[in-house]
Amino acid sequence: MTVAKITGHDELNVLRQNYEDEIKSEPVRILVCAGTGCQASGSLKIWEKMSELAKNTEVQIEFAPEIAHGKNHPAVHKSGCLGFCEQGPLVRIEPLGVLYTKVQPEDCEEIFETTVKNKEIVHRLLYKNKITGEECFNQDEIPFYKGQTRVVLKTCGTIDPESIEEAISAGAYQALAKALFTMSQEDVIKTVLDSKLRGRGGGGFVAGKKWQQVAAQPEKTRYVVCNGDEGDPGAFMDCSIMEGDPHRMIEGMIIAAYAVGAQEGYIYVRAEYPLAVKRLTLAIKQATERGLLGENILGSGFNFKLNINRGAGAFVCGEGSALTASIEGKRGMPRVKPPRTVEQGLFEKPTVLNNVETYANVPQIILSGADWYRSIGTPDSPGTKTFALTGAVRNTGLVEVPFGITPREIIFNIGGGIRDDKKFKAVQIGGPSGGCLTEAQLDEPLDFDSVKKLGVIVGSGGLVVMDENTCMVEVARFFMDFTHRESCGKCVPCREGTLRMLEILERIVAGQGEMEDIDKLRTLADLIIHTALCGLGKSAPLPVVSTLNSFLDEYEAHIKDKKCPAHVCQKLKQYVIDPEKCKSCSKCARGCPVQAIHGQPKMPYEIDQTKCIKCGACISACPFKAIYVA
Amino acid sequence: MLDSSFYTKTDEILSKYPAQERSLIPIIHEIQETYNYVPIELLPYIAKHIGITETKAYSVASFYERFSFEPKGKFIIRVCDGTACHVRQSLPVLERLRSELGLSDKKHTTDDMLFTVETVSCLGACSLAPALMVNEHVHPAMTPDKATELLKELREEASKS
Repeated sequence: MTVAKITGHDELNVLRQNYEDEIKSEPVRILVCAGTGCQASGSLKIWEKMSELAKNTEVQIEFAPEIAHGKNHPAVHKSGCLGFCEQGPLVRIEPLGVLYTKVQPEDCEEIFETTVKNKEIVHRLLYKNKITGEECFNQDEIPFYKGQTRVVLKTCGTIDPESIEEAISAGAYQALAKALFTMSQEDVIKTVLDSKLRGRGGGGFVAGKKWQQVAAQPEKTRYVVCNGDEGDPGAFMDCSIMEGDPHRMIEGMIIAAYAVGAQEGYIYVRAEYPLAVKRLTLAIKQATERGLLGENILGSGFNFKLNINRGAGAFVCGEGSALTASIEGKRGMPRVKPPRTVEQGLFEKPTVLNNVETYANVPQIILSGADWYRSIGTPDSPGTKTFALTGAVRNTGLVEVPFGITPREIIFNIGGGIRDDKKFKAVQIGGPSGGCLTEAQLDEPLDFDSVKKLGVIVGSGGLVVMDENTCMVEVARFFMDFTHRESCGKCVPCREGTLRMLEILERIVAGQGEMEDIDKLRTLADLIIHTALCGLGKSAPLPVVSTLNSFLDEYEAHIKDKKCPAHVCQKLKQYVIDPEKCKSCSKCARGCPVQAIHGQPKMPYEIDQTKCIKCGACISACPFKAIYVA
Repeated sequence: MLDSSFYTKTDEILSKYPAQERSLIPIIHEIQETYNYVPIELLPYIAKHIGITETKAYSVASFYERFSFEPKGKFIIRVCDGTACHVRQSLPVLERLRSELGLSDKKHTTDDMLFTVETVSCLGACSLAPALMVNEHVHPAMTPDKATELLKELREEASKS
């Protein structure tokens, strides 16, 4: 079936109205979350089961008489990520608005009988407030959603990301039409500039400035590139946007292309996100068929072609010049700047390079204006930021909050506090380029400039919460291991410096560190920060610097006392036999692979700590539970 | 020496892309998806077709972590060791998989070519940590015991097909 191209704003509006009516005519609308998280929890099976049940179910239109148009089968759709991944698979039923959590295939029939047919609630599938124990009927009642402000994620989770009709009905491409038909290129740039939208990939550079600089270049061949190479471990915001609302981001890119006069664009996506690649590919195809991409967009005479490039597992490709090199078919290695990407970026042409979330902010800014945008967030960091809230927090998931909110609000109100009532220790922000915030820093506002003063960065938006059971020295070692492995090797400070820092950290977590290692770490960090070639290299030592500043006592415990206060570091664990419980049965000694356990009949056995390799074999061998980890 | 079917297949892939340097990475992706690895003998052939030197093709193919010159197993298990998975104990899952399959950080693929076990920086399923991916399917909230169970299921699946 070929679909007609849309050739004007009026036509787009008519279509939008038609699609809206179409959706409203569905007497019951069942949305099954099909983000990466819920799919992993098995949501596709639920979608299949629901679709099958829907075929055989007739619903009386009295369910919602004011909006029903006579269709009498419930409609079952896949939706984008609803964010509350921890409670997945999630199912939302409209127009009731009820949200069911942790739904299993065997619950589907009950949901149909009770909710779809009889409009009653399946109470056991409702989310229960973890503090008060109260049932939460819909999203708005759940504390996880209450504290959020959803701008970028507004329709992520309410529409089917594989349907351009649903996207259009929810207002997609309205901003594009507004820009193309009522605004000059300068107007668009001015609006984005006035909104003070700052790059969401980590740097926080004002997006409008990049656009302005590209538009001012004498070279007329220009590119618009989207950085979807979300490589920071512990971050999946961009993944959710690309999967859950691909048209919003694509629309932002087309608007950018119009503003700077670009003819072609590229989306660079990690290969580890197959679902995002699939949905973006489909969205581009649909938008092209509808005349929203390609030649003569919406009949305006503006042309823009969009391509997708898959990454190939190199973290460094998140750096601008490495990313464009990778699109060109080269090794993804950063180059010396200047010339900057806005002057000579992709194929040495002027290039606008922004992050997924940055582009996804653009349509709403064009529609509602710069003043509206600046009314959210703080004066210098306007708007919202999406965060991936993970780690030792009760409610993990995808959240969107206005800038200026405190980390405490995010972790304790939205996130519901620390799992298993443990004690909060730190929250890691900014991934391998960031650092840790401590309890004392939790009430500082979260925005680009405030967190910089604390020695960390907002970064792309990973928030990994750590409890008392996390060893901060081991965390520093983990990040250094990561950056060392991912170093592209072009410049010496990053290639060799991160390796030396890693070696020192490995010594410390093995109990072989010396106090002068702390000074060595600081010296190396300082050197790398000031001499590495690219932003990723320059920020690689930050997790170490930040933990040294806030958790020096933990480093000292590893070095001086040879102890890991959080009992994490394997080599510092001591296996001990409780003489009271030991029955001298010798099972432990026989099970020990390195003959570290000795003893005599009727005397408690002992472990020789110099020989012990901490394998734990003795613990499993002991029938009297006499062996424990000190 | 590869048999001629490899070159026929490669021609088919090459015909989908413009003969330019920028097509190199997408082409290698498709080769890897077809064979589960990149037969190194194909690189000079691809390089000649798109007009770059052999060394350049090799330097690119060897730079990216995802491309492998070693044949991989039928099931590629990528254990996520991102921050969120790491703090929620992803390493014991990796260790269990390796010990059950007789693999290590040096040996990634079983001799029967059924399983490859490797780590990955982040799968984007952080809220369901620790996660792992089997080919393109994500498995959430793993434990060492669930990993053992998963291997059993995959073996059954393999014996059926």
